[in-house]
Amino acid sequence: MAASTALSSSITTFKSSSFQPRASSIKPLPSIKFPSISSNNPLISHSVSAPKNSTVAPLRSAAASTTPETTKTATTFHGLCYVLGDNIDTDQIIPAEYLTLVPSNPDEYKKLGSYALCGLPSSYQTRFIEPGEFTSKYSIVIGGDNFGCGSSREHAPVALGAAGVLAVVAESYARIFFRNSVSTGEVYPLESEKRICEECKTGDVLTVEIGESRLINHTTGKEYKLKPIGDAGPVIEAGGIFAYARKAGMISAREA
Amino acid sequence: MAASSAIASSSTAFINKKDVGLSAFSSQSSFSVQTARKRISKKIVSVMTPQQTERKPATTGSVKTGMTMTEKILAKASDKPDVSPGDNVWVNVDVLMTHDVCGPGSIGIFKKEFGQNAKVWDREKLVIIPDHYIFTTDERANRNVDILRDFCNEQNIKYFYDIKDLGNFRANPDYKGVCHVALAQEGHCRPGEVLLGTDSHTCTAGAFGQFATGIGNTDAGFVLGTGKILLKVPPTLRFVMDGEMPDYLLAKDLILQIIGEISVAGATYKAMEFVGTTVESLTMEERMTLCNMVVEAGGKNGVIPADKTTYDYLEGRTSVPYEPVYSDEGARYLKEYRFDVSKLEPLVAKPHSPDNRALARECKDVKIDRVYIGSCTGGKTEDFMAAAKVFLASGKKVKVPTFLVPATQKVWMDVYSLPVPGSGGKTCSQIFEEAGCDTPASPSCGACLGGPKDTYARMNEAQASYFIMLGGCWQVCVSTTNRNFPGRMGHKEGQIYLASPYTAAASALTGYVTDPREFLQ
Repeated sequence: MAASTALSSSITTFKSSSFQPRASSIKPLPSIKFPSISSNNPLISHSVSAPKNSTVAPLRSAAASTTPETTKTATTFHGLCYVLGDNIDTDQIIPAEYLTLVPSNPDEYKKLGSYALCGLPSSYQTRFIEPGEFTSKYSIVIGGDNFGCGSSREHAPVALGAAGVLAVVAESYARIFFRNSVSTGEVYPLESEKRICEECKTGDVLTVEIGESRLINHTTGKEYKLKPIGDAGPVIEAGGIFAYARKAGMISAREA
Repeated sequence: MAASSAIASSSTAFINKKDVGLSAFSSQSSFSVQTARKRISKKIVSVMTPQQTERKPATTGSVKTGMTMTEKILAKASDKPDVSPGDNVWVNVDVLMTHDVCGPGSIGIFKKEFGQNAKVWDREKLVIIPDHYIFTTDERANRNVDILRDFCNEQNIKYFYDIKDLGNFRANPDYKGVCHVALAQEGHCRPGEVLLGTDSHTCTAGAFGQFATGIGNTDAGFVLGTGKILLKVPPTLRFVMDGEMPDYLLAKDLILQIIGEISVAGATYKAMEFVGTTVESLTMEERMTLCNMVVEAGGKNGVIPADKTTYDYLEGRTSVPYEPVYSDEGARYLKEYRFDVSKLEPLVAKPHSPDNRALARECKDVKIDRVYIGSCTGGKTEDFMAAAKVFLASGKKVKVPTFLVPATQKVWMDVYSLPVPGSGGKTCSQIFEEAGCDTPASPSCGACLGGPKDTYARMNEAQASYFIMLGGCWQVCVSTTNRNFPGRMGHKEGQIYLASPYTAAASALTGYVTDPREFLQ
């Protein structure tokens, strides 16, 4: 959240320029009817409730008004969850031997995904990714306290995103992982109001409603409140800090 | 050493070392009030009223009276008269560091977002240090160093510490080694500045009284193009460490004590400021150890006020003028912790978390199968001197393989050339050889973070080979490094005990986790 909250006040430091919409190249955003439960594929329902502007409308020049016009969106994820405990450090999310893969290279990005969470100790008996697969059937990761601690490697949220994870829901995050998740737009780092990693089991069917700050576990029938993602939400939705800044007209549109 | 330092540190606040000018004095003026009693200065410092900028009343209605040094650095870097914890500010970056693991990705993002022909914001403010995966046959790792080289050539980057001849690191005069130690040794760490790096242990540089923190590739890509970053001003936790440091303790024990106290998430999003007579008595390398591991408590940055020790270290290393800042007397701290260092004992962090603190002597029954001395945390010259001191005092041979990885080429040279006090002129390398340690390896991050399979001293097996027939025991390493999460040094079942170089050397001598007092007293 830190990443985005001050964007508005400092927009003046950047040249504002014409807006070019750019679809996120990373996240599939199909408009799928919700609810429609299917166990294996992560489904995303993405509906926009902004009356005047679409989600990709440029935020008005914040030089004029200090609060940018935020478009209200409702993003919902639906899928199976993979449950982890406390202090999952980035070495467990992506072990150091795979850091030779450069995330900005599309082939290596894909490969990073295939190694996501392969550093977990053998006490985690269910594999996150099946052998030979590049992505996981689990699209929501549940964690405990201090998720993503340790190394600052951006490969960690990237590996999760590349593996098809849409959101992590944890009790709390290590600072750099949270920021890297927002900057890259790879995964939503959501915080639960209470500890849920003991109440959810790997394979439970979940729905995460960003707009409502709510998590529903369909398997257990329980509902949980999430802490609002705030201004970081639109940044992730845009596909990261650069995509967001372009949409908002904070930096010039990239020359195609 | 503690006795003299209190005086030293307060008087040096007024040494106009590098033509700091009036602004530095005004920012220090409240510090002068605080320490005037202790100050011994021949100079007459004009006492001017600090410039009072208008401050917003805090939400409680009270009026702010001062800033911590972290807040001051961020205020200065964002051209604001003052900032408060929680403020998001655009900060001008003084130095950006990247290495072979995150550099190629950061460059990729920079090129993608700013264009193939874009130029970095300042060719003299970017420092590129290959250090992670150097002495490996891994082709992708080698390629990543090539990517750095091509980029530095294309951008005419001033500070690129290249290595081409992997067969003999000494054939590469530019090559340094572990980035955080090299940054200090090459004069890139300066008081009052903002240093960012694509590595979580960038916080090491806070030892120089600067703001230093780790960032990801995307943020680094942004900094490469703009020289700016959006940061949230952290609240500060203050750690007051007083008392004379017993001669069997090192800074590693102090930071393990603190992390054990506040947990691996105890300082998340927060600054950790270290003060007190003990801290003042520490050398720069020891201060770096203290700040190095703040990230292991979740901290955003660690910071130590600059003093004569700092200025002496910087002498001859940098010609860039710098402006130290100090916390105001009325600065607000989220919490203050006090430690009487004279009462502490040698510590370890047991597997699998840096906050899993225990006394070294409580773990004396833990059989180990290797010792590792190296990394940004425990691979500096003084770390090797400390280990050599224990070997020298014992006069015995190590009982388990003992791996030594000097952090940088400079450290390696020191290991082979500096006489160890009380040894009759022997170098560390001679003492290590006599003790039966492995020959000091080529400087790099080595096995601290596992790395490619062929990395020297990497924990590749789940079990120690000679334990298998005994029914199977996990591989157990006492290490001077910084993390012991599962898999950190290679195999995910490997057991890592984090310890000081004293404790690591003592453990090597017995084959068990060992309190160094067994040899030092």
